[in-house]
Amino acid sequence: MTKRSHISLSVNGDEYETLCEPDQSLVDVLRNELELTGTKEGCSTGDCGACSIRLDGDLVCSCLVLAVEAEGKEIETIEGMAPKSDELHPLQRHFLEINGLQCGICTPGILIAAKALLEKNSDPTETEIRFWLAGNLCRCTGYDKIIRSVQAAAEEMRKG
Amino acid sequence: MDDVRYEAPESPDAAISLLAEAGSSARVFAGGTDVMVQIHAELIDPGVIVDIKKVPGIMDISESDGAYTFGAATPGMVLMAHEGLSSTWPGIIDGVALIGSIQVKGRASIGGNVCNGSPAADSTPTMIAANAVCNIVGPNGERTAPVEDIVTGPGKTSLVDGEFILSFSLPKRPAHSGDAYLRLTPRTEMDIAVVGAGVNITLDDDGTCTAARISLGAVAPTPLLVAEAADALIGTKVDDAALTKMGEACSAACNPISDKRGTKEYRIKTAAVIARRAVEIALERAREN
Repeated sequence: MTKRSHISLSVNGDEYETLCEPDQSLVDVLRNELELTGTKEGCSTGDCGACSIRLDGDLVCSCLVLAVEAEGKEIETIEGMAPKSDELHPLQRHFLEINGLQCGICTPGILIAAKALLEKNSDPTETEIRFWLAGNLCRCTGYDKIIRSVQAAAEEMRKG
Repeated sequence: MDDVRYEAPESPDAAISLLAEAGSSARVFAGGTDVMVQIHAELIDPGVIVDIKKVPGIMDISESDGAYTFGAATPGMVLMAHEGLSSTWPGIIDGVALIGSIQVKGRASIGGNVCNGSPAADSTPTMIAANAVCNIVGPNGERTAPVEDIVTGPGKTSLVDGEFILSFSLPKRPAHSGDAYLRLTPRTEMDIAVVGAGVNITLDDDGTCTAARISLGAVAPTPLLVAEAADALIGTKVDDAALTKMGEACSAACNPISDKRGTKEYRIKTAAVIARRAVEIALERAREN
């Protein structure tokens, strides 16, 4: 029996403690130990971006992070994106209004990635958005509505 | 899967002991973007995962009199955001910028890119062209080695059990120097090089090439340093004739395989084209400083 490690981590500002296997991925612990199932696991190889999260502010694939590495770190997932229980983030709202999603599996990862982009660059070009989101695969939308949703949210956020 | 341990040593010596003790069952872990995939695919079954990111200096970038040293585990996004490194070595940044997605670059490092041993690694040719030196630590003490001596075959390196790369050192840049990396891929992002070319050149005040290094990726079992291609440029004004000769030397050095990304013949032919375009970018950059 492999010895499990005890980890303490902050997710969306809430402190959590849990046990994990030494080779368990962070996405697995988020979903199956902490029951934060908003983050999706697609390919498990860092290609699809569905499991995108922020790790101490860095945009990463949580399938490529060991849960034990998260000890003492601050994690941001889709569950922490809406500012209030009855108010969505502008990105979430515009994805709904413009239909930037169909099945929704890729959406949490895309929203997390898009938020990271807009914090860095409040007025990205279409090309910049497409390159930034190259690590987030969507097999439903054909991407056009995703790009337009990000542009609409960026415009609203610039106006403050 | 057998029992696996995770260790995050906080000194080079502690890391070396863990790695040396476990021998081939140890896996050096930095950004994890290759190791996690290999574990998931059951290509490897490590007994101990040695996370080296807490070793002092392994994530730092420093500069002394124009010469840069950066930690082998420094993530790509950190290297790309570093103004001094980006403006001094734009070709290295060209290579780093092509490694996977933003998410992957948030973790992936040049040390990992080199040590994963892929012939198609995007940062390796550009590091070879830059004359980068690896600062290696291990059970027999410290040593240095040029990047071109690290990869010995697909997935294989010259590092012995217990050794790992702590940092990379780049030489001070003479005036009129430029570097560049270009690769050929069917898609513009998230793809693996069919051919990659890293170029580093220095010109004199008259625009004559005084030094050059050219390295090719994805055209042989290891990244190549093509001395004949560099020789074709040195002493010339990097004119059309020199560029043609340089390209021919690149094609002659290729020893590729045919796979789904391209045939052997295609790689040999396009190596000349990609190398030429990379030289042209490096030349433009060299003329600007």
